Amino acid sequence: MSARDDVLARVRAAQAVEPLPDGPTPRDYRRHDDRRLPELLDLLVERLTDYQATVHRGDDATTLVRSVLGGRSLPSLVVPDGVPDAWRDGIPGGIDLLADDPPLSAVELDGVGGVLTGCRVAIAETGTLVLDGGPGQGRRMLSLVPDYCLVMVTADQVVGSVPQAVAVLDPSRPLTWVSGPSATSDIELNRVEGVHGPRTLDVILLG
Amino acid sequence: MSTFLGLPAPPGAPPTAPPGVGHLRGDRPFPEAAADALADPQLRHNLGRATRTIRGKRNAVVAELPDWAELRAAGAAIKDDVLAHLDTYLLQLEEKVTSAGGVVHWARDAAEANAIVLELVLAAGATEVVKVKSMATQETGLNEALAAGGVSAWETDLAELIVQLGDDAPSHILVPAIHRNRAEIREIFLRAMGGVGRAADPGLTDDPAALAEAARLHLRQKFLDAEVAISGANFAIAETGTLGVVESEGNGRMCLTLPRVLITVMGLEKVVPTWQDLEVFLQLLPRSSTGERMNPYTSTWTGVHPGDGPQEFHLVLLDNGRTAVLADPQGRSALRCIRCSACLNVCPVYERAGGHAYGSVYPGPIGAVLSPQLTGVAENPSLPFASSLCGACYDVCPVAIDIPSMLVHLRERVVEDKRAHSRIPTSEQALMSAAKWTMLRPGRWAAALRAGRAGRVLGRRRDRIGALPPPLSAWTSTRDLPRPPEQTFRDWWVSSNGGHAEDGGT
Ligand code: SF4
Repeated sequence: MSARDDVLARVRAAQAVEPLPDGPTPRDYRRHDDRRLPELLDLLVERLTDYQATVHRGDDATTLVRSVLGGRSLPSLVVPDGVPDAWRDGIPGGIDLLADDPPLSAVELDGVGGVLTGCRVAIAETGTLVLDGGPGQGRRMLSLVPDYCLVMVTADQVVGSVPQAVAVLDPSRPLTWVSGPSATSDIELNRVEGVHGPRTLDVILLG
Repeated sequence: MSTFLGLPAPPGAPPTAPPGVGHLRGDRPFPEAAADALADPQLRHNLGRATRTIRGKRNAVVAELPDWAELRAAGAAIKDDVLAHLDTYLLQLEEKVTSAGGVVHWARDAAEANAIVLELVLAAGATEVVKVKSMATQETGLNEALAAGGVSAWETDLAELIVQLGDDAPSHILVPAIHRNRAEIREIFLRAMGGVGRAADPGLTDDPAALAEAARLHLRQKFLDAEVAISGANFAIAETGTLGVVESEGNGRMCLTLPRVLITVMGLEKVVPTWQDLEVFLQLLPRSSTGERMNPYTSTWTGVHPGDGPQEFHLVLLDNGRTAVLADPQGRSALRCIRCSACLNVCPVYERAGGHAYGSVYPGPIGAVLSPQLTGVAENPSLPFASSLCGACYDVCPVAIDIPSMLVHLRERVVEDKRAHSRIPTSEQALMSAAKWTMLRPGRWAAALRAGRAGRVLGRRRDRIGALPPPLSAWTSTRDLPRPPEQTFRDWWVSSNGGHAEDGGT
């Protein structure tokens, strides 16, 4: 018998010892956060900040990008396909711009200062940004290898709760949920930012 | 209760995890191994601080959610549904992963899983692999199997790196290097990094940020060079074929994104039915585990994504005794476990004995019920006794596993097993019937717990009680019993803030 058939036969024999309870899963937990948008935006800022991201808020993307990147003195920045002109226009001169076309190797990305990226959805309650590789985001490695990450969030992307985010996400895409910069507490429980992922996470919230 | 378990298994009963491979069994009985930890004040201090800190964070973020009890009920029900239809969900998962470009492999046990992985690594032409923390591959002893096949496996979690470079064993699911202090870590890095890759800067200090930086540089080179990565999985969604890894440091993302080939080894029971179920576990797991509203990084992927990440993906589904656990109606809910480690952090026995004493990759309360079931109770007979049955583990468990009742059941199985092999009643049997009588009524148990504190008189000058009067003497003469604390755990739990934040209790 193949391992597959063998394992499946074992599963069925085990289940047959005594049937397990069967029935619909109770889903009495909160599916929807009823707070109004302004409240959710404030909560998102608070939660992101609590997890060591730096949040900048306003309506003018170009100005915000200029001031945020201006304070970070990056030598170079990778900008994925589909980033709106209003964001791109804010990037200060003097920063080397790289497109991921043709695709950059991991070694090349290791030499890049940072990345500017959009996201698919942001969860206020947990301070989480979800990237799905859609327009303005690019491949997963772009937001991983460089040491600096700037994520752009628009107000219409913000939801209250985890169930609301799961509902809008497409499982067939590669997803990365980001809640603050990379962190570890492995050395005597001291929190240290950035072991492998970007050590600095800036977020611009538009609206 | 009349199960076939504990007695020689009838034909057709699922086999337990075979001996001789992997890490589910200790060399010594629990009480003997625990004595080492009890004699090491630094370890006890570290463990106490770690468990206290994480416990406090967990309680705070759980208290933030008004619907914790409902989430917990949903989590338990989803996992029970998985077990009720495990065959169906596994087949569905296989179909979806395959149609998304992945390859699914089935492994009856640890040896078979290790052989599959080794063959895949060699087929990819690699002699080195990077790994992100995976309990399943620690369980199977994959690193040793790969080494025997000429492949070096590099652990990339900071704590696992510390453990691996220090030639040591993890002591906690979540903070595996909690038994090491910063000076020791600095010394391990200086001594061992150079031999296996980029050396640490000789001027390295013991500042945690500097130590993390040294690990970043050392491992960055490994990530950039690696052709093959090996991971575990926190869940696999049958409906969509999606796999998920929940982590903090970003080494998981590195492994899941940079190498050309990805091999994921996962216990059968990690499958969940639907995409929607993610909304439950992504709330239960981070809050129970690291005490965060959300962990820094969660990655999900479905098969192969052209142009993004690994272009070859293999999923190895591991049994290794899980179907034997499923065959015990009173023990099977241990398979609900999502490995959050909340039960470890509230366990008074774990806090004193530490992870190494359990002799298995699964320590603490969950280890005490899972390891003996995976291996068969005859091979881990002391673990079901490694508990005071205080109930704190059940209260915090995000999938409501009733560990205390399961421990009592497994103690009976141990006794049954011994009787089946010896024919004469053992003193453990006598003890067990007394224990059973005591545990039938909470009042009796509370009284017994308080009476247990009288043991302090017996052990005043030592941390252990060497001997108890008969019939208990037969137990304590071979197993040093930890001296009961001044205050029972239940008393302490109620008097500390620990009791407060527990809204979803039962
Ligand atoms: S038994 Fe429950 S509390 Fe313990 S690790 Fe598993 S899920 Fe977490």
